[in-house]
Amino acid sequence: MKPELPSGWVAVVKRDCPTCELVTPVLADLASRGTLSVYSQDDPDFPEGLAAHDDRDLEFSYHHGIESVPTLLRVEGGREHGRTEGWHRGDWEALTGISGLGETLPDWRPGCGSLSQLPERRAALRARFETQTLQARQVPLAPLEDEYEALFERGWSDGLPLVPPTASRVLQMLEGSSRKPDEVVARIPPDLVPCSVEKVAINAVMAGCRPEYLPVVLSALEAACNDEFNMHGVLCTTMPVGPILIVNGPIRRRIGMNSGKNVFGQGNRANLSIGRALQLVIRNVGGGRPGEVDRATHGNPGKLGLCFAEDEEGSPWEPYSCYAGFEPGMDTVSLFTAEGPRCIVDQISREPESLVRSLAAGLRSVAHPKAVVGMDALLAIGPEHARVFREAGWDKARLLARLNEILTIPGEELVRGAGGIAEGLPERLRGATLPKFRPDGLRVVHCGGSAGLFSAIFGGWAGGAMGSQPVTVEIRP
Amino acid sequence: MSHGESERFLLDPSNESQPAIRPRLPRLASLEGRTIGLLDIAKARGDLFLDHLEGRLRDDGAVVLRFSKPTFTKPAPLDLRQKIAVECDAVVEALAD
Repeated sequence: MKPELPSGWVAVVKRDCPTCELVTPVLADLASRGTLSVYSQDDPDFPEGLAAHDDRDLEFSYHHGIESVPTLLRVEGGREHGRTEGWHRGDWEALTGISGLGETLPDWRPGCGSLSQLPERRAALRARFETQTLQARQVPLAPLEDEYEALFERGWSDGLPLVPPTASRVLQMLEGSSRKPDEVVARIPPDLVPCSVEKVAINAVMAGCRPEYLPVVLSALEAACNDEFNMHGVLCTTMPVGPILIVNGPIRRRIGMNSGKNVFGQGNRANLSIGRALQLVIRNVGGGRPGEVDRATHGNPGKLGLCFAEDEEGSPWEPYSCYAGFEPGMDTVSLFTAEGPRCIVDQISREPESLVRSLAAGLRSVAHPKAVVGMDALLAIGPEHARVFREAGWDKARLLARLNEILTIPGEELVRGAGGIAEGLPERLRGATLPKFRPDGLRVVHCGGSAGLFSAIFGGWAGGAMGSQPVTVEIRP
Repeated sequence: MSHGESERFLLDPSNESQPAIRPRLPRLASLEGRTIGLLDIAKARGDLFLDHLEGRLRDDGAVVLRFSKPTFTKPAPLDLRQKIAVECDAVVEALAD
């Protein structure tokens, strides 16, 4: 229950604030002229003689949004009709309608922060007063139960420890997005369960996200859970693929994502926890667990979560999000279904024609050197390889066109038995010439550290309407 | 302050639902005159398996209807599932790999 506002003037103060000390005579003056109620955040004996209300638990301050002290309110009939913060003679006179207040005081002094705004106090206050706004079931822990072990035992973990989703942490997480906690984000496969922002926030807490990552996680779920991306199939397949998240736009820098050294590896909280949060939602809300609906033969470590930012600043080309028609500079998250990355080393080529042949040779082996048309791939060009194309003036379209040209393969190399390998295409395709990738089945992204003449290949999965189409969505706050 | 005791609970990250358990339909006593659906999920060589099965079922006097999914990577469309449920007494789905 929100504490009622007493009529008259209401002052919120703390002893540990020089400006509150300074205005003590003014408060005494107001008390003698009308009805003044004082709330003290740290010491009910302060200010002396004014019979302050004890607000050491900060309930009053929290509910009435006190941001700094002293704060003076004017209240009529239980409703606030104005407030002023700190000491400013003119403002206090205007609010009270009394002139000549505190004539011996300086004209103006700033106040101090309200104790209710201290981050650690604020989190506890929010948990105390707002937990009832949350809808999720509260799972009690036994007195001696270890909260980290409890998360494993209840089957919510992907195999690594989780951050315990307390009400306080979840409420804090929800502040990272302007969406309402009960808004449905998506129907999560495989069980097709409608999932609220609150449920996503709980899983994002567990994944280790900071609140400012939540908008990326929410948008990634929207991108994943539709017929086009086909998260259901991506989850169920025996192939070792999962959703890879690529973030574009200024939000990359704002939330501190990595697009450089060790971009696919360990070490960056945003990269690691955003991808993990998406996977935890699919596990816990969608019911998609390995060995159950997830039938992967081998899987890959990126199925814990694989998310990275594109290096747009160092790229010779337009951002990845432009594949989906977004303008450069927009915050987007893109999903691409693929395995883990594999390195292509070429430290000699300085001409684009030579380098593109190296890259094509690596791409040829996606799924199988004889696999054509079906499987997509994502090519992550490193900065030192990108420089070769930049200096030769190759735009992304030219690079892709040349790759696809080189990767047009005569059927005689692809049929069953060719090269002494039984796997392959039916004999009737011997005379055909076939592309390694379907149109738009090969895409390019720019990222990685500045040293190393390397690129990386993510072997994809069944592309397009047959399997998974890469999807990009705008990140909404 | 309130941080300790009041936070000895966690918020449930799951969908909080219980799976509904439905009993299986009884086995068909005979195939004679019954309609059997054969569902091809569109994986390679599923058709070979189902062609063979169709012959065997017809020999046993069953009426056979063939169905196929647009792609093996996605659940069967709702209208296909309904069509099979309405038209068939039993269905055999040919998984591959």
